[in-house]
Amino acid sequence: MTSSVPPSPRANARPLTDEEVDRIRNDFPILAQQVNGHPLNYLDSGATSQNPLSVMEAEQEFYEQRNAAVHRGAHTLAFGATETFEAARTTVAAFIGARDDEVVWTSNATEAVNLVAYSFSNASLGLGGAAARRFRLGAGDEIVVTEMEHHANLIPWQQLALRTGATLRFIPVLDDGTLDLAAAAGVVGPRTRVLAFTHASNVVGTVNPVDELVALARSVGALVLLDACQSVPHMPVDVAALDVDFAVFSGHKMLGPTGIGVLFGKYELLADMPPFLTGGSMITTVDMHTAEFLAPPQRFEAGTQRISQAIALAAAVDYLTETGMERIAAREAELGQRLVTGLTDIPGVRLLGPPLGVERIGLASFDLAGVHAHDVGQYLDEAGIAVRIGHHCAQPLHRRLGVTASTRASTYLYTTTDEVDQFLATLREVAPFFGVHS
Amino acid sequence: MTNSAMQQLYQQIILDHAKSRHGASPDELPPLAEAAAAADARGLHLTESHQVNTTCGDEVTVRMGVRADPDRADGDADGDAVIDELVWRGDGCSISMASASVLSDSVRGTTVAESRALLDTFREMLRSRGTIEPDEEVLGDAAAFGGVSRYPARVKCAMLAWVAFEAALLGP
Repeated sequence: MTSSVPPSPRANARPLTDEEVDRIRNDFPILAQQVNGHPLNYLDSGATSQNPLSVMEAEQEFYEQRNAAVHRGAHTLAFGATETFEAARTTVAAFIGARDDEVVWTSNATEAVNLVAYSFSNASLGLGGAAARRFRLGAGDEIVVTEMEHHANLIPWQQLALRTGATLRFIPVLDDGTLDLAAAAGVVGPRTRVLAFTHASNVVGTVNPVDELVALARSVGALVLLDACQSVPHMPVDVAALDVDFAVFSGHKMLGPTGIGVLFGKYELLADMPPFLTGGSMITTVDMHTAEFLAPPQRFEAGTQRISQAIALAAAVDYLTETGMERIAAREAELGQRLVTGLTDIPGVRLLGPPLGVERIGLASFDLAGVHAHDVGQYLDEAGIAVRIGHHCAQPLHRRLGVTASTRASTYLYTTTDEVDQFLATLREVAPFFGVHS
Repeated sequence: MTNSAMQQLYQQIILDHAKSRHGASPDELPPLAEAAAAADARGLHLTESHQVNTTCGDEVTVRMGVRADPDRADGDADGDAVIDELVWRGDGCSISMASASVLSDSVRGTTVAESRALLDTFREMLRSRGTIEPDEEVLGDAAAFGGVSRYPARVKCAMLAWVAFEAALLGP
């Protein structure tokens, strides 16, 4: 099968080799288990990734040695905890080409999008004063998203539109799972205030042309928010080079723990934005009626923070950096093409998203004629293969592609080529088992 | 791979019902108000429920016409009413679609009280995690879902149409 896979579109780096992947797997104890009598074949990293030992050790080490409240208290332990917590911010900022004070911790990417949307909402109510005027939205203003968004980058904008009277518009998706860029120029216009879109689709794997979309937004003076949940874990991402205003991603999709996410925002924007969550740890002076807020990022980090999760996320970033993001991206691009090659060779399979040879991240979603995704997933699970089934939090995209649900196999740096091949071989058995003959 | 576990789950009766879909409407159901008026003329009280499995997006609408049967009004009037018509429409996995098909076969022509008793037995079996051996005498084709009880994640699939049926029984 390997010979039929074309050179990766991301062939600028040497992909991780099978031998290196085998060594990487030793760092992920969860992968060495049997499921239903078969070795676990974990092809659901697009939903959540597994943690290497170093990440779990970082979290344990924090609780064993350093646990204390950060940014408050003058004792030695508290100082050490604060230092480690802020060092984690530096690590994550460097990983995406941001300044330290441009990285805001959130619970997850969903909260990060909501933070921006609610800050704009608060600005629209007059909070934040004159400086925040640029974030005010009202009737006549437009928020633009795309038809391929995860619900996390759609519903917060729907709700913002409902609260402010702004109109939500979207850039349509073509049959091949790419954005209709010709139509985009007609959707993004002088009324557009915000353009929010995903860097890489969690369903169809498409990598969107950030440069082109940012240029379009700039031409009309709109702010840009990039959903980087499926890009930051899988490819080198430099938010400064991409020139996006905001970017969001989740720790648990990049070898980190759950409960930690990141909002990147250009400092000069964050500095003018009113807070979303308010309370302790985000203020300077408080009286019974008013409060002054800290500068970013603390302004957006109310309450006790996810300290151990941030530290563990930094350990995950270290692991990714040491492995090499270029090499991970090249490896996953190969696996993505291998999936596409194999899937399109199976009778009854309809691949969702771009065809062979077009850049995609290391995942593929598909519909199997006559067999519902839930049944496909059940059959694969019996063979120890973990895939995602359903709408993958992207109902509008599925509707656009004419399906209600699909099955998705998604890879990561620990996925072997044998696992991809075993998945493909098992998938071949599914239609015959259910009595469907193509 | 060995398919015995899969064959236990996906018994032939289930695969057959998933294909034949007894009682399923091939077309969109007509608007409820319109259908209710027509049913009223036939002496039927029309009621329906739409249920979605949020895990996977499976959905089913169960609509049924209930006839109060004067000859059997010897006790609980509601319980003696007969489920005269049942039509459903849905989209989902083989288990949820087969289960809707079996529901249609099982409850049409029975009284509300009988169908409630069947529903309770069916649910108890599904929640048993394989500990209750289904009684074919009582459950009929619904006994084929016994294997589903060993897959807690699929119980919702098997219950989807039955939950819609239950909600419709309580309907407006």
